[in-house]
Amino acid sequence: MTINLDSKIPDGPLADKWQNFIANEKLVNPANKRKFKIIVVGTGLAGASAAATLGELGYQVEAFTFHDSPRRAHSIAAQGGINAAKNYQGDGDSVHRLFYDTIKGGDFRAREANVHRLAEVSVDIIDQMVAQGVPFAREYGGLLDNRSFGGAQVSRTFYARGQTGQQLLIGAYQQLARQIGLGNVKLWNRMEMVDVVNIDGRCAGIVTRDLMTGEFSSHSAHAVVLATGGYGNVFYLSTNAMACNVTGAWRAHRRGAAFANPCYTQIHPTCIPQADDFQSKLTLMSESLRNDGRIWVPKNPDETRRADQVPEDERDYYLERIYPSFGNLAPRDVSSRAAKRMVDAGQGVGPLKNGVYLDFAEAIDRLGEDTIRERYGNLFDMYERITGENPYEVPMRIYPASHYTMGGLWVDYELMTTIPGLYCAGEANFSDHGANRLGASALMQGLSDGYFVLPYTISQYLSEWLNKPIPDTSHEQFAKVQAEATDRFKGYMAIGGTRGPDHFHRELGKIIWDYCGMDRNATGLEKALSEIPALHEEFKTDLKVTGSDTNVNQTLEKAGRVDDFFELGMLMCKDALNREESCGGHFRSEHQTDEGEALRNDDDFAYVSAWEWSGDMANPIEHKEQLEYEVVHFQTRSYK
Amino acid sequence: MSTLTNLTLKIWRQDGPTGQGRFESHQIPEISDEASFLELLDILNERLIEEGKEAIVFDHDCREGICGTCSLMIDGQAHGPSKGAATCQIHMRTFNSGDEIVVEPWRAAAFPVIKDLMVDRAPLDRIIEAGGYITAPTGGAPDANLIPIPKPVADASMDAAACIGCGACVAACPNGAASLFTSAKLAHLNLLPQGQAERYKRAEAMVEKMDEYFGSCTNHGECQAACPKEISIDNIAIMNIDYLKSKFKNRKLLDR
Repeated sequence: MTINLDSKIPDGPLADKWQNFIANEKLVNPANKRKFKIIVVGTGLAGASAAATLGELGYQVEAFTFHDSPRRAHSIAAQGGINAAKNYQGDGDSVHRLFYDTIKGGDFRAREANVHRLAEVSVDIIDQMVAQGVPFAREYGGLLDNRSFGGAQVSRTFYARGQTGQQLLIGAYQQLARQIGLGNVKLWNRMEMVDVVNIDGRCAGIVTRDLMTGEFSSHSAHAVVLATGGYGNVFYLSTNAMACNVTGAWRAHRRGAAFANPCYTQIHPTCIPQADDFQSKLTLMSESLRNDGRIWVPKNPDETRRADQVPEDERDYYLERIYPSFGNLAPRDVSSRAAKRMVDAGQGVGPLKNGVYLDFAEAIDRLGEDTIRERYGNLFDMYERITGENPYEVPMRIYPASHYTMGGLWVDYELMTTIPGLYCAGEANFSDHGANRLGASALMQGLSDGYFVLPYTISQYLSEWLNKPIPDTSHEQFAKVQAEATDRFKGYMAIGGTRGPDHFHRELGKIIWDYCGMDRNATGLEKALSEIPALHEEFKTDLKVTGSDTNVNQTLEKAGRVDDFFELGMLMCKDALNREESCGGHFRSEHQTDEGEALRNDDDFAYVSAWEWSGDMANPIEHKEQLEYEVVHFQTRSYK
Repeated sequence: MSTLTNLTLKIWRQDGPTGQGRFESHQIPEISDEASFLELLDILNERLIEEGKEAIVFDHDCREGICGTCSLMIDGQAHGPSKGAATCQIHMRTFNSGDEIVVEPWRAAAFPVIKDLMVDRAPLDRIIEAGGYITAPTGGAPDANLIPIPKPVADASMDAAACIGCGACVAACPNGAASLFTSAKLAHLNLLPQGQAERYKRAEAMVEKMDEYFGSCTNHGECQAACPKEISIDNIAIMNIDYLKSKFKNRKLLDR
């Protein structure tokens, strides 16, 4: 399949492009919609909202989730909020301002037209979610409340306590449940997509594995939407849920979908540090804590005293020292790298010396414990539950962790991948965040794609297929792909080595974190590129999967996902090595200013790298989509 | 940080929905008190795999108490000994060296065991599909600030909406009732102005769907005690009133 990076950006001035698209798009009339079948894989914010809306419109929709219920997707764990350019606070917000903040926050590596559309539909999302019964926080007068978030000078973030992701996902899930109840959407739960089937140059369907019975089956459709989430678990330890994986996107990539900007990964600065070697995941503490907490490490690397016994002049409040104007509120990427430097220099705190202090002692003195409890009580409780330490008495310990991936399947303006008929939505695509995502923008993008973009753009493609036959699952290509998937899983069972998949995942995660984490350089990346294939070989000969493949087998499920993480990990390192600049979440230590800040190279790297699978994970083929800016101008981010 | 020693896990194993279940004992010589309870199971599973034995199947995902995937009766308590916490939020420091810990799946007629500690909670989805939504197709929504909602109303709705759908309420109930789950969804939507149009239809449909699968509520209150989100049984009173009203009068009058 040839890679054609036509972004299909509509004509007209930036602010009119989306309306122009809607005015000129091809539609499918209501009576014809039922002739089309659409498969949606994944039921997070993007998948559930897409499946529900397409079902409402009258298409035959089949939704697949590998969870027991569509409500479990990891969108549910988002804490902070969702941005929208409502300007309810009258503080000067507008669609243009949200658009601009998002482009700038993404370090000028996102596609202008997509980001502008995101800002335009953001206002519709809030209307829609309120109509569906999402209990957003309100003022005493009954109007919606907003809070401010990093990277913006206005208050445009809508929230539902610290559980905004949960409330939005449940809203989308309820709309989906309604369509399932009405029979417009067929739900397949505990079913994992394991491959994509292309016939005659278009996506014809998918192959799935039933996680209850181990049975493989084929499903054909006119169009397929992948909303399968991000790949942050490639690091093994991340704030992602345990089952989050890259398999959906990766299998599509291997069948011809270009994978864009894999090296753009976001490391969140305020997570609870790893406590021991067998830790399974990391927990995020909301960034809002940095409003009142002060970050420091002891000046003496051999400090053994308790935090409260370390005198003021022996503490290094390094963020306040290095970034006097933003201090403890420096952006995510900047704060994360600074913490890493302190820990690498041996000044880390805690039993494993792998964290930095986030200290509320001064805020408690100034404001009183009650005020702090009111602002952050639930977060303090959560911290105490996990660590057993009381943050009212001893400072919290925090450390950065992998949190979100901006890279993903390349999509055009209509969210179609390089495989015709295969769409990609939400975190799984690369579209809107450039090299760095701003807080409260992930929920916005997932819902934008699912509710307000895909339902419009998909008819453009479907209308061409009206009353034309499409291949069903009896086509030989389905049988071939299904047989390949079956053999792959039988292969994992047959290796009969000595180690379970978690062992290999952990080892892979260490390589990726050490060489392709917060701070990258050519030597390290080259080292990773030689170590990953060696470990992958070991995986292929020493993996052990017990149990049966005709029954629930979580070890086998994990083996398939880890296998795909190996190949993705290679591509991440390759992409990071190629991108000889620092931008957003991608920091190459060779490319920094004299003051240690990210140094972008707009002359040579203002493009999207879109990789083609060549059949050999060591030699992917790079394609480039040049980013053309019509409205914004490049500028350097500074937080000093 | 300290270490717990000499723990015994008595874990329920069952090959499939129709299989005969049994308890299996596993010794844990030592474990850090920093480990979470599910990490203890991870470690045990890695050991089992290396010994060539089948890993213990259990549901889990986010491991921060919000997705509602994890379950487990730990020493007879749904989600274990800590109040207001899901199983994934239980840490080993809650236990003592030498403890014997009994681990079972949710036990309820409506939740058949799939394998080992994994159960089928799909009936909860069926209740939502019957009416746990507001009919608001995409695209037709008015401005979000058009209808002010008093803060106490929005807060009360949010309290109920915090439900994570884990099924602990059903597992803790001696009758296997799903009244706390169902009433939490009804309170979430029925308290909001947006939910009024379908209020009584919703109550009737959801309660009757619930009754197809689950036992009846007899006000034990175990559900509230087990709920990891501490959802109040006051919601059950709201549900009962709305259900009664839905049957009490002519619906055309009620909807006015």
